[in-house]
Parts: sequence; structure tokens; C-alpha cells
Amino acid sequence: MTTTAEQAAAAICAEHGDDRTRLLDILLAVQRRHGRLDDGIIDALAARLGIPRVDVAGVVSFYSFLGDEPRGRIVIRLCNDVPDLMVGADKVAEGLEEELGIRFGETTPDGRFTLEWASCIGMSDQAPAALFNDVVVPNLGPGAARRLVRELKLHPEVADLRRLIVREYGDGKNSHDLVRAAVKNNIRRPGEVILADMAHGAGLRKALAMSPAEVIREVKTARLRGRGGAGFPTGMKWEFTRAGDAGQRYLVCNADEGEPGTFKDRVVLTERPDLLFEGMTIAGYAIGASRGLLYLRGEYAYLREYLEHVLSERRGQGLLGEGVCGKAGFDFDIRIQLGAGAYVCGEESALISSCEGLRGDPKNRPPFPAQRGYLGRPTSVNNVETLCCVPRILEMGSGWFASLGSRKSTGTKLLSVSGDCTRRGVYEVPLGTRLRAVLEMCGADEPVAVQVGGPSGQMVGPADFEREICFDDLATGGALVVFGAGRDPLAIASQYLAFFIHESCGYCTPCRVGNVLLKERLDRIRAGRGEAADLDYLQTLGQTVKAASRCGLGQTSPNPVLSTLRSFRSAYEALLVTPAGGAQPGFDLEGRLAEAKALTGRGSVHFGS
Amino acid sequence: MAKPRVATASLCGCFGCHMSLLDIDDRILQLVELVDFDRCPIDDIKEITGPVDIGLIEGGCCNEENVKVLQEFRRHCKVLVSVGDCAINGGVPALRNLVPLRECYEEAYLRGPSVDNPSGRIPDDEEIPLLLDRVVPCHEVVRIDHFLPGCPPSADTLWAALTALLAGRAPELPYELVKYD
Repeated sequence: MTTTAEQAAAAICAEHGDDRTRLLDILLAVQRRHGRLDDGIIDALAARLGIPRVDVAGVVSFYSFLGDEPRGRIVIRLCNDVPDLMVGADKVAEGLEEELGIRFGETTPDGRFTLEWASCIGMSDQAPAALFNDVVVPNLGPGAARRLVRELKLHPEVADLRRLIVREYGDGKNSHDLVRAAVKNNIRRPGEVILADMAHGAGLRKALAMSPAEVIREVKTARLRGRGGAGFPTGMKWEFTRAGDAGQRYLVCNADEGEPGTFKDRVVLTERPDLLFEGMTIAGYAIGASRGLLYLRGEYAYLREYLEHVLSERRGQGLLGEGVCGKAGFDFDIRIQLGAGAYVCGEESALISSCEGLRGDPKNRPPFPAQRGYLGRPTSVNNVETLCCVPRILEMGSGWFASLGSRKSTGTKLLSVSGDCTRRGVYEVPLGTRLRAVLEMCGADEPVAVQVGGPSGQMVGPADFEREICFDDLATGGALVVFGAGRDPLAIASQYLAFFIHESCGYCTPCRVGNVLLKERLDRIRAGRGEAADLDYLQTLGQTVKAASRCGLGQTSPNPVLSTLRSFRSAYEALLVTPAGGAQPGFDLEGRLAEAKALTGRGSVHFGS
Repeated sequence: MAKPRVATASLCGCFGCHMSLLDIDDRILQLVELVDFDRCPIDDIKEITGPVDIGLIEGGCCNEENVKVLQEFRRHCKVLVSVGDCAINGGVPALRNLVPLRECYEEAYLRGPSVDNPSGRIPDDEEIPLLLDRVVPCHEVVRIDHFLPGCPPSADTLWAALTALLAGRAPELPYELVKYD
């Protein structure tokens, strides 16, 4: 006997061609309809798709936007990233809890509201921010949060949540009919490459007039390097992919902007989608791919309709589809793959797993995606910003691009600036710009520390402010979080470790266990129970986790500790104690005996208390 | 010149490591030539009598008495060695860390199948040391200088480590002595 929910789930499978590689889309659709993915539905999906039930259940348990617990019709996800906590996200949380009478992680008894924490949702420039289902609510103070919830309680119908919640649209395309978001772009400094005024299409036309090898050569001459953080030369990646097996190849754009404090892709997707799609098309041409995927993080689902619309316009204009721009033999189209709230999916091999309808587990390398990527075919995964540089390089010439920035780091970089400064937002600056110059631009008043590149980057102090933002000095995927007087770098490092512990996929031990041990020891030091040897322990363990982890998450997760050990060593040293008689200061005998004293009703004989 | 002094203790362990020490067979004759024993379950000296060169600790800490003994060893021993997996990791006794302390007490004193306790209370007798809320490895309680892994470390491992320490070297155990599969 199947329930109607199970029948509907089967129908959703059919809509997706019963294709198990579309499992993530199927689950998102079923969850949207039923609010939960319970055992019956999981069984039905597994039977229908002809895969073991554990493959379905594993995906459900992996992604934070999916779950087998019943969730409310409105799921409120409050961002608990550092910039949000700095401006009182905890107070907002209290307000929401009191107003709804539930704690975080719970659902109201009437099944209307669920409260959850979210890692960075890409709104650090307008924190505190929350998602109400797909709808972004930026600048959410405690008072406003209470008012909003009180109002929503009066409207049992949630069909058009956006209309109920959004009072004022943001600037630019945020007010587009298909976006209608309260999000602000906060473009503070447009640069020459991506946020400049431009005419679209010239780059693509030029590219199609060249051979793919010539396009790759042009990108190599421009010395374009990947903007996601690692800085791998883009032309080389394309060459490897092109050298892969003949037949279907794939171009994947990584728009899973999950690095806490990063939001520049949000602005690019809102204001420069044509530039991005043009870049993807050129990349597809260069590597010989006819299919492109845009992996859009689940937090940016509010942009999906609009992006689909831009894609369909481009199809109408002959810029996508068969024979792009009338070029016989070059077919290219793009599908949007929505993510479901998992930071690790920003790692390219995990992202590919996710596109294939699997848990977002990283894959072993080799083989590299260029050899065997999406569905086992040669795949190039490129960052949004990287792909946006491509049409501009073709249009303006590699010499022009290489003349921007520094010798080894050409072009401009989009920076997402948030934290303790007056002008939070997106800055496009030439690579090689000194950190101090950016701090002056954004109105940071005597900052004590800056997190460059998000938690996986490094935290630097004033001694490093003269360093340059570029691949070979202060490398960054784009996040700059500024910390002013009174902020505690060690507390921030601890919060970032909590983030990594939450987001670790758990596959390899160094990352799953090591990050927990790092946080324990760091917190022990912060509590005034650390000794000098603990600093060596943190250093050694941090290096082990970096060296032994399987993917980029664990290879960078100790950075909050390692970089504060380097930049803020005196802050650590000030907290250390010197124990007497070889005792470990971290051992809390009183605390360890308290429960036994309560249970036996007597004090300690050996320690006389 | 006086011989180096060695002391040993078994905290929350099974004495298996001490049995392994006895397994050095006839080398035990060399050992008594090389060292004098201070506190040790084998000679039944109950308290450390003076400065000790090498202290060997078997077992982790599960109660206040273990902590007391371990601290005493740390104070008196120039070099302190964690011997075996319980001292290093908590070992089998640390399985109880998965069980709330109240349930441990209740199973031992109230509900266990062989328990006869008409009072129905968890005993408050001072002879029974208070349990720590979890079993902890020795190096979390005091500074430990060397670690000898194994359950138990083999007699050869113990012998190699002891002779190295007596020669003033840090024990460097070959792969064969620390692999277990």
C-alpha cells in the first residue's frame, strides 16, 4: 500500500527521467512538497530509481537543507557566521525563540515554523541575516525579527512568502520581477574587469572566430589564475581537460560560494549573469564541452528563477543551444544544479559528487576532474569570477588583462568586505593591492585583525597590513572580515573551528577528529588552563591535519589556529599558566569528581574536599 | 655508585603490562643487577620512599586514588613512562565513558545481577575511592615523558625501552615492536 506522498514522490522521479544522478534535485523537490523525507518516501524513491535505500538515506542525512524530521512550512535559518555574531545574531535568536516558543532545531507544534542555524548564507555585508525558506531577510535586528514572525503568524498561507516578507527591494537586479529580494548589492568599488560598464557578446564572438587552442593560448597569455582561492592557472586546467578522452566533456561553474564571509559571487550572479554565461560558453568551446552546469548554492535559490530566465533569453538569442552564434558544430547549453547547504561542496570533487546526486564527499585524486570528473567524463570546474574574466580577456586582449594587477597575479580581484568597517560590500581591486589600502577604502578604524580568505585563509594582524593581496602573498578567494578594537582573535578562531567541525564530511579521520581536538585545546587555553607545551601541540596537530586530510577542507581547517599562533602569539602566551609538580593544567580534578561526590554524598578523602 | 631506582604502579589497568614485564624471562636476573626497585606491586612497597629515576605507569585514571598515585609518581620520578594502551588511551576501562556515571554506580551497587545491597543506596564508604566522571589517560593528568604502546607492550618492547632509558637514551622502538596486526 503506497501513500499519496509516496506516489507523488514517484511522479517527481518521473519528471526527472528516473535519473539517479538527479537525486539531489528530486529530493529537494519532494522535500519542498512534503516538508520531510521520511522512511516511506526514501523507500519509494529507492525502489523507483532502482538504487539501494542507503544511497538515498545517505544523501538525505548529508545535506543540511534535507532531513527526515518534519520541518515547518516556514523554515527560518539564521546565519551564525562570525560577522553575524559580531552584530548580535544571538540576540536575534533569542527574539525568535521567545516569539515562537521553541528552541533552535525545533518545530512549532502547529507545524508552521522551524528554527535552524545556518553557516554563512552569503550576506555578511548585511548581517545579521536569515533565510525564511528561500527568501533572504538581511539586516535583521531582534525587534524586526519579532515583528516579522508575529506578522507571519497571522498569515497561514505561505504560497508567496516573498510578498509577505520583502518590503523594499534592493538595488539593481534585486528588484527584478523574478528576484524581488531585499538584498543590497553594496558595490563599493567597480574595477576594470567584472564590474566595469561593458557591452556583452564581443568576447564570445571573438572566441568563436578562433580555434579552441587559440582561446586557451589567449587565456594562458593573460596568465589567468583560478579565483576560488587555489590560484591554479585556468588555461592549463582547460588544456588538461581538452586532452582528456574524446566524447562528452563538461564545464562546471562553481557558484557554491560557501567560504564564510564571501558574497562577491552573489553580486556577480545578480548583476553580471550574462558575463558569467558568456564565460562558461567560451570555456565550453575551449575544452570541447557541449554541456555546462552551474552549481548554485542552495542559499542563493532566490536567484534561480532569474538565472533560468537569463539562460532562456540567451537560448532565444542563439547564444546557447545548437550552433552557438551560428557556429556550426559548437553546441552548448547550461543546466542549473541547486545545492542543499553543504560547505564542502565548494571543493571541486565534492561538488562533482553532489552534481551526480551523491553525498557531497570529496573524491580521491588522481584521477583529476580533468581526466575523469562529472559522470566519469573530463570536466573543468571553474569559479564564477574566473569565468567572468574570460570574455573580458577575449574582448580586450590578454595584454590588457595582464597589465592589470601584478606580474604573477594578473587582473583584478573581487573582495567581499565585512565586519568592523563602515563600508561593507564588494570591492574590485587590482591584484597586488596592499591590504592597508583596502582597509582604508572600507573605513576600517584601527582594526586589530583581518581574516583574509575566510576561515580557510589566514588571520593577520597590523604587522601584515602592508602585504599584498595576490596569489603569492595574501591569497584569498575573496573574503575579508575586519575585526576592530575589543575583538578577541582566539575567540574568533574557535568559532571558525566550530564551523569546520560542523561542515567536515567525516570521511577522513584527520579532519573529522583533528578539528575537534584542535578546538578542545584552543578552548582550554582560552579558559586559562593551557601551558606552553599546548602551543606546540596545536602547531603539530594543525600541521598533521593539513598534511593528512583528504581534501581542501581539512587541508585548510587548522588555519584559524595556525595563523593566530603566528600573528597573535602574544595573545596565546598571555593566557598560559605554569603548572606545579608536573601537573597538567588542563586537568580539572574538581570538575571530574563533582558528579561522584553528588552520587555518593561524600567528599574526597584523597584530596580533602 | 648506587644503582638507578625504578618504581611501577598499576592504576586502572589489568596488570597485564606488569605480567608482560615478568615475561622478560631470564633477563630479570640482569634487571636486578642493573636497578633497585622502589614502590612496585611485585615487591609490595606501598609508598615511594625517595627519588626515583624511572617510573612506569600501567593503566589510566578512573578514580581519585589513581590521580593521587600518579601525582606522587610525577613528583618523585625523573622520567615517567605511560606503559600500555590503558595508560595512553584509557583502554578498555574507558568504554564506560559512553555510559553516564550514575548508571555505572547503579549497575555496580544497586542493579547488577550479583548485587546484594539491602540499603538500596550507592555506598559512601571512604575506602571506595570516588570515581572520576570519565576515565582519562595519564598524560591528561600529569606530564608524561615517554609512551610505550601495546596491549600489553611485549616483554621485548619493555626490555628495549628500559635498557635505553637506563643508558640515558630515549627509547626508539623498531617497527616490529610497535606493530600489532
